[in-house]
Amino acid sequence: MHLTKEEEQILNGEAGETLRKALEILTALGDIYDADRLIPIKSAQIAGVSYKTIGDAGLEWISDLKGKVKVPSILNPAGMDLERWDRLDISPDFAEKQKEIVQAYEKLGIRCECTCTPYTLEGFSVSYGDHLAWSESSAVSYANSVLGARTNREGGPSALSAALLGKTANYGFHLDENRVPTVSITVECSLNGSDYGALGYVAGKLVGSRVPLLHLQDTPKTDELKALGAAMAASGAVALYHVEGVTPDACRQDFENPAEKITIERSQLDEVYESRCGAGKEPELITIGCPHCSAAELEQVAELLKGKTVSKEIWVFTSRELATRFPEYMETIENSGAKVVCDTCMVVSPATNKYSCVMVNSGKAFAYVPGMCGAEAVFGSIGACIEEALGGKERKEKREVEKGEKKGPENDKKAGGSH
Amino acid sequence: MIKRQVVPIKLKGRTIARGSAEGEVLLCRDPISFLGSVDPETGIIVEEGHALAGKSIRGKVLVFPHGKGSTVGSYVMYQLKKNGAAPVAIINLETEPIVAVGAIISEIPLVDMLEKNPYEVLKDGDLVRVDGSSGYVETLKQKSIQSEN
Repeated sequence: MHLTKEEEQILNGEAGETLRKALEILTALGDIYDADRLIPIKSAQIAGVSYKTIGDAGLEWISDLKGKVKVPSILNPAGMDLERWDRLDISPDFAEKQKEIVQAYEKLGIRCECTCTPYTLEGFSVSYGDHLAWSESSAVSYANSVLGARTNREGGPSALSAALLGKTANYGFHLDENRVPTVSITVECSLNGSDYGALGYVAGKLVGSRVPLLHLQDTPKTDELKALGAAMAASGAVALYHVEGVTPDACRQDFENPAEKITIERSQLDEVYESRCGAGKEPELITIGCPHCSAAELEQVAELLKGKTVSKEIWVFTSRELATRFPEYMETIENSGAKVVCDTCMVVSPATNKYSCVMVNSGKAFAYVPGMCGAEAVFGSIGACIEEALGGKERKEKREVEKGEKKGPENDKKAGGSH
Repeated sequence: MIKRQVVPIKLKGRTIARGSAEGEVLLCRDPISFLGSVDPETGIIVEEGHALAGKSIRGKVLVFPHGKGSTVGSYVMYQLKKNGAAPVAIINLETEPIVAVGAIISEIPLVDMLEKNPYEVLKDGDLVRVDGSSGYVETLKQKSIQSEN
């Protein structure tokens, strides 16, 4: 890989140890992937935030670094809500370490916004063709596919190195030749809302890390594309996809339909909706917001919960910036007994681990919850999730009236399971 | 008794992580996932069925094909280094990003893509120098071998 004179000097340590190591990381990756040079990036989103993942070693490494990032940079979701962590059974020791990690990143000039939807943040806009160094798999997919920007899926240290230098190595999805679709997917049914998460879950398993070109009957909304890409990145390793007539690369470039063709039918999506937890178990926890809820999704959840009271634990995940920008939605949601949680998600927070059956509206969460949280997962639309959160109580009250006896947890479970 | 070549061998390779270190070779033919396969406190391989299961990589020049598994493996390498349980240097057939990044942040010299297959040239216990900055591996002392079939 060719380095400029200035980059050579950095690699020789003339700009300090932190930048020397950062450049050594980018150079090694560039050599591994045959990059020709380093290119400037517009922004960075950095993984390696949850204390559950990086532990004391990661904290020590970040704390040892010096200097300031050169481009706007934010973080992946952390292991807890940084302000109201005590609401979700996080231990004080974990909270202490988690705060130290975020503070160590802040010292480097990184904005303490922990979200998988950086593209919704003020001052973090992305344009077609921008080069980025983002980490979180759904954010990478959205940037590449929906926004037409260019980023590889960076690991924590490489994204941080890119942020400190304002550059990344020119390989992978930064190059035209790697953005051409390699497999075609035709969906033979109409899709709406959570269907896109179910489709992503099915499609990701089939295409692995290839670049699919999808042929859909409908025109998806941006939130639906977000759900589709997140699920394909989780059940597979899709970092870029195209939708014929919809996504920017597909609209600007006349892609040839790839030779390898896959067809997906309604029955394959129905299987995702029909999955159930083991015998006698019903969802104990309902989670919405993987990836983090957009303003439109928060509005929808608030509308569905308005004036009602939930009877089951339900968590709604979003970024702190959106929660702050839309206090009216937050109030309506929280008045129902649901919890709005910022900075984290059901997958990376240890809080989910104590539940054994979780209902989700996300194909990504459906893919990750069993492995990463040790819980079984059930999939449904936002509407079905809210109904589950409300319905538990309605069913219970009805039973209590009918039987005229006080409630027993055993009876609750049996009655709920037969629903 | 078969005598092995006594002339020092110098093999060129590709620089991944800079720095230079000497140590005894430990050959491993299986890929390594630093998250899960290695105990970060002791450097002992704990993955069941792994070619090095039960052996320690501490202080060795560890030769393995490439890494595998979670990206968190990079931080585990840093943890090994902080605990004094890391290998002193690494030789890979072809490095992937998890091990490359882990070696750089942990200051473990790493060279890959040697001009000769390290599994054919090196033996367990050989004393070698790995120079990550200049990109070569040099044998300093070969382990004397009583018998070899």
